[in-house]
Amino acid sequence: MTSEAIFPPVATDAGALFDALFGAGRHGVTVDGSFVHGTGEVDGRAVHVIGTWNRAAVDVTLALRVAGAVLDAVAADDAAGGAARTPIVFIASTSGQALSRHDELLGLNGYFAHIARCVDLARRRGHRTLALIHGEAVSGGFLAFGMLADRVIALPDAQVRVMDLRAMARVTKIPLDDLQAFAKVSPVFAPGADNYWRMGAVHDIWPAGDWPALLAAALAALAARDELAAGDGAWAADNRAALGLERGGRGLAAPVAARVRGTGAGA
Amino acid sequence: MTARGISYYEATARTRVAALVDAGSFTEFCGAAERLTSPHLAALGAPVAFDDGVVAGSATLGRRPVLLAAQEGKFNGGAVGEVHGAKIRGLLDRACVERPAAVLLLVDSGGVRLHEANAGLIAISEIMRALLAARAAGVPVIALVGGSCGAFGGMGIVTRLCSAVVMSEEGRLSLSGPEVIETVKGVEEFDSRDRALVWRVTGGKLRRALGEAQLLVNDDVAAFREGVIGLLASPAAVAAEDGGLAQLRAEHAALADRATRFATARDGREIWRAQGFAAPERVPMLAADEFNRALAEAVGANGGAA
Amino acid sequence: MEHMSLSFPAPTASGDDASKARAAAVICGVVASGNLEVLVEAGDDPAFCDIVVNTSAEGFGDIWRAVLRDFAARHAVGGLTLSINDVGATPAVVSLRLDQAFESFRSAS
Repeated sequence: MTSEAIFPPVATDAGALFDALFGAGRHGVTVDGSFVHGTGEVDGRAVHVIGTWNRAAVDVTLALRVAGAVLDAVAADDAAGGAARTPIVFIASTSGQALSRHDELLGLNGYFAHIARCVDLARRRGHRTLALIHGEAVSGGFLAFGMLADRVIALPDAQVRVMDLRAMARVTKIPLDDLQAFAKVSPVFAPGADNYWRMGAVHDIWPAGDWPALLAAALAALAARDELAAGDGAWAADNRAALGLERGGRGLAAPVAARVRGTGAGA
Repeated sequence: MTARGISYYEATARTRVAALVDAGSFTEFCGAAERLTSPHLAALGAPVAFDDGVVAGSATLGRRPVLLAAQEGKFNGGAVGEVHGAKIRGLLDRACVERPAAVLLLVDSGGVRLHEANAGLIAISEIMRALLAARAAGVPVIALVGGSCGAFGGMGIVTRLCSAVVMSEEGRLSLSGPEVIETVKGVEEFDSRDRALVWRVTGGKLRRALGEAQLLVNDDVAAFREGVIGLLASPAAVAAEDGGLAQLRAEHAALADRATRFATARDGREIWRAQGFAAPERVPMLAADEFNRALAEAVGANGGAA
Repeated sequence: MEHMSLSFPAPTASGDDASKARAAAVICGVVASGNLEVLVEAGDDPAFCDIVVNTSAEGFGDIWRAVLRDFAARHAVGGLTLSINDVGATPAVVSLRLDQAFESFRSAS
């Protein structure tokens, strides 16, 4: 039993979404239940498309499909030879991790870690990775692959969160009113793609528009950043904390990490 | 060598660190005196801790230099907030530069701190990236799991990104808390008040049997110390980080096999039975060394762990 | 949360001021229900002990003042600063934690 029983499926035509992203006739993406896979064309070059669909609750089966597709993408370029690596566009629509005793027993956390390791392999091999949030992106399901991409983009209908406020009020025992009031002034816990943008985790929020051009620009920007970052420490590649500081959403993550790392300013 | 052990489960993070590392070798980074407290907890009228619930620093273990972070499970369930998470991330970044013998993560956490939910989630994904970078730089990252909060949520994912996991029977390692599953799916799906069941599904013995933990030790800080020293002394025991396609294909196949082999399993007993333990019902009663012997026998007889 | 700041005149522990001033801060206890953490550091004025309390249990100011006054009378706490994060610990637990923190600081200096 998945969350589809609680929320109706996102009324989206997969064809319409991928037409909007790549242009009509410039993609071959299949939606197979909750699993998205295929290829698209950006600036005349192919990209892999891998992800989840329809607020999928990510279970062991879906996790293996996503991870397997990432490994296939790496293997395909290994086989083709040459320096060019095919970018990967992740589509994230997830209501979070599946809630099931069976999946816990098998160690769903480990299956999510495996996806993360596969995405990291792709990155180290030179595949640029972009995650597009389409619909919901919640908690563990999103953590597993979406958030490990080089850059995360929120599409107009994106809803990003850890948990809804009502459930949070129950767990923290803080009155819902207090949470709602605080949510108005702080991006730190309230749901919303705009909050994740301010905190540096969402790089851009795309309005409806020329997505093929925006996609091309995003992939080009990642290539340029790779060159710039080549000399820095490995840690500098993940610049989300710096972005969060710049945008005013996370003032402490970057300086505290720098202090512990030993590269920050003293007290 | 102390005559009376220190329960890892009961101890505070600081007590664990002090007893784990070589005597007097610990130097703390961003300790309590620096008062890097959470402004978000304060804004919500919740109590703060001067170290934001995590102790980070450098030490030696068996004379080998290590960096370590220990989460305080008694403070907000060891949950990860902006500052807490940044300390762990910074420590892993530092490991890429300093190349210690290992990074030790004393995980004791329910995952994201809801009071700072977004910051916590993002922090955990930054920890994941930094951990992978440290491993790619050749630094083993070893998780110790034996506290009252276990390793759940995003910290359950972080733990499984580590090179090795050392657990006690008291430790738990999983993703969603049983209470959450029960609330959403009902008590039939998971009776969170059946403690024996919870441990058969998420506890140290189950994780060790599945090969998700490399060592099962007694609930004693000295036992954890001995276990980690042993891992550091034999590099082959700590997953050699090649992290390449062949290695990940093999791990993928093992995870797929497990899902197939145990396609309908809902209880650790079924795992132990399938693995050939002589008395699966008795597994929870075994002491750590008895369990380890029984596991070795079962694995030996059946050609390999799950 | 309630916040209190107190200052007690107190004799200074024996030993030279310079080494006391250099002494590393010590933290004791845990911020958990019924518990507290106490941070002890060298303060500015050798004749006073400054104590800052943040507590989630509101309305117990008089009891805090009494417990802290007793503590300051029990030990030579002049020249020390104590900072406390409390989550409803009983006076007995508070006293215990204060004594532990003071002893830790002294043995570390």
